Amino acid sequence: PLLCLSSHNSSGGSTLLGYIGIDTIIEQMRKKTMKTGFDFNIMVVGHSGLGKSTLVNTLFKSHVSRKSAGWARDEKIPKTVEIKAVSHVIEEGGVKMKLTVVDTPGFGDQINNDNCWEPISKYINEQYEKFLKEEVNITRKKRIPDTRVHCCIYFISPTGHFLRQLDTEFMKRLSHSVNIIPVIAKADTMTLEERQEFKQRVRKELEVSGIEFYPQKEFDEDMEDKSDNDKIREAMPFAVVGSDKEYQVNGKRVLGRKTAWGIVEVENPNHCEFAQLRDFLIRSHLQDLKEVTHNIHYETYRAKRLNENGGLHPISSSDTQESNL
Amino acid sequence: MDAIMLQEKLVERLLCPRVRTARQKEKQYVGFATLPNQVHRKSVKKGFDFTLMVAGESGMGKSTLVNSLFLTDLYKDRKLLNAEERINQTVEIIKHTVDIEEKGVKLKLTIVDTPGFGDAVNNNECWKPITDYIDQQFEQYFRDESGLNRKNIQDNRVHCCLYFIPPFGHGLRPVDVEFMKALHEKVNIIPLIAKADCLTPNEIKKLKDRIREEIDKFGIKVYQFPECDSDEDEEFKQLDKELKECTPFAVIGSNTVVEARGQRVRGRLYPWGIVEVENQSHCDFVKLRNMLIRSHMHDLKDVTCDVHYENYRAQCIQEMTSKLAQDNRMESPIPILPLSTPDVDTEKLIKMKDEELKRMQEMLNKMQQQMHDKEQ
Repeated sequence: PLLCLSSHNSSGGSTLLGYIGIDTIIEQMRKKTMKTGFDFNIMVVGHSGLGKSTLVNTLFKSHVSRKSAGWARDEKIPKTVEIKAVSHVIEEGGVKMKLTVVDTPGFGDQINNDNCWEPISKYINEQYEKFLKEEVNITRKKRIPDTRVHCCIYFISPTGHFLRQLDTEFMKRLSHSVNIIPVIAKADTMTLEERQEFKQRVRKELEVSGIEFYPQKEFDEDMEDKSDNDKIREAMPFAVVGSDKEYQVNGKRVLGRKTAWGIVEVENPNHCEFAQLRDFLIRSHLQDLKEVTHNIHYETYRAKRLNENGGLHPISSSDTQESNL
Repeated sequence: MDAIMLQEKLVERLLCPRVRTARQKEKQYVGFATLPNQVHRKSVKKGFDFTLMVAGESGMGKSTLVNSLFLTDLYKDRKLLNAEERINQTVEIIKHTVDIEEKGVKLKLTIVDTPGFGDAVNNNECWKPITDYIDQQFEQYFRDESGLNRKNIQDNRVHCCLYFIPPFGHGLRPVDVEFMKALHEKVNIIPLIAKADCLTPNEIKKLKDRIREEIDKFGIKVYQFPECDSDEDEEFKQLDKELKECTPFAVIGSNTVVEARGQRVRGRLYPWGIVEVENQSHCDFVKLRNMLIRSHMHDLKDVTCDVHYENYRAQCIQEMTSKLAQDNRMESPIPILPLSTPDVDTEKLIKMKDEELKRMQEMLNKMQQQMHDKEQ
């Protein structure tokens, strides 16, 4: 950075005699992030047929999730919930993202769904454990591969009445270990009025059951955050429709679903709230999701682990942690 | 003048033979061709009854569809339970009865609702209350039928069960298969694809094919439409064929009236268009209604009486006779029911008749004796 004389004053600080160029650090960070790229892990949970894969494909505008065509003739519905993680590298504007979609086929599909959330809970904790083990190693990798689930989208069935028991059970148990974003799936089943009523009821039930979905109120950092997040919390759960087919509407090509009585436009805010979800998830809160996962959920797990059995390795512990943070 | 009189006579003679044959025909005409009319008039006076069961998870639009089918408002005062109230809910059986009259024909319609089905986390055997209910109705009818006062038997047997399959899946789920297999030999099952307005026409076709395949694969016996008589006209046969290929019906219901194409119709208003319930290119509601009410209502009742009830009855009798044989008692042709039927009065009657018979027998013997004596 060259020294050049200028008469600009920086507000609220000592007046600089020249331009140093500290602000270019942002640019440096940006360049570095672009070079290294970053990871994002998203989990989708909901019983089969709610359009999970289609929604993820629509969100990231690419085929990152293989749509299940249902169970093939001789295939059986898995007796326990399976966890299937598939990774893709997608690029936009010079920024590379390694996106991992974690699917959970079999959730809620059995007649007896007791404890079907356990394999999911186990998987999430296993990722924390993996990261923890890497962190406490003597020789650590420069960049620990992050497989922790940053965001779990929970698909609510659009019955129009209430949340189902399974929904509340799952969200209650997992909202403290992962960021849960509930969405109302296949929202084109309901008219706008029905949607509003359903949303109100669902939000009330979530409140009554004490389920803190992302963005959690307690993690709002400042007033600006709070007001932004309040607006989002008011509008959640978003009622979404997904599609990977394009149709011509008013001279434009849009993603939608074509029925005998009209075309449902996925990105039209008058039709459904997909655009809002996408903006929220990807354009404004992507980094925040990762930070909350790392700073809060992971730390909670770590604290728990360190407190039980008196800690992990004798070498590990506080020293290396503090210097890292 | 003579010519005119001649003409008149000729005309008379010409007309005469016709009059004679008419009178001859009158003698041959018996008049029982009016029998269908008589039956019709009697049944109209008596009225019909029909019991329809609806089953499926909550939120499938069952109540809305029932209201749309019968143009009623049965669920006006329904209060949806909140989460806490629903925690320990088991499957209930709730009956709504409504009397509908149209063009002088009275129908007593009973709707059997099954709230709570499939809503819990653990739904093992959630169909048991439903099968129990159906069996109970059969049992009650069986008792009444074997009893003495048969004039006013109330037929509460379930004639048809509409099963709502969610449109969100990829076919039948385990709970669907188990439910239908538990009930297919007790009641006429008509599977429906619920809330079909969230599917595109392609998706509907795929789902229907898938469901038909799976019904075959799992050996589920859903209600079969009877075959057309061979003497029906081609148009009817074509319609019948289309109906059969359309199953399971993809239906939509609505409690609201919207304005579409200049008319007021039952429908659903979306920002992207209006779904009309009675528009055949939108859903199969009209086909279902026609089939259920306008053409096959009677057949549904017949199959319930002739097949499902008879199966139950035969099974019941078999169980009873085997139980009797176990107890080492004589087998009786008439099943001895463990409970009910007023005994005291009928026993008295039987005794009276017995004594009368005895007396008559004695008198006969006396008369015979007398005759015998006289001869000698």
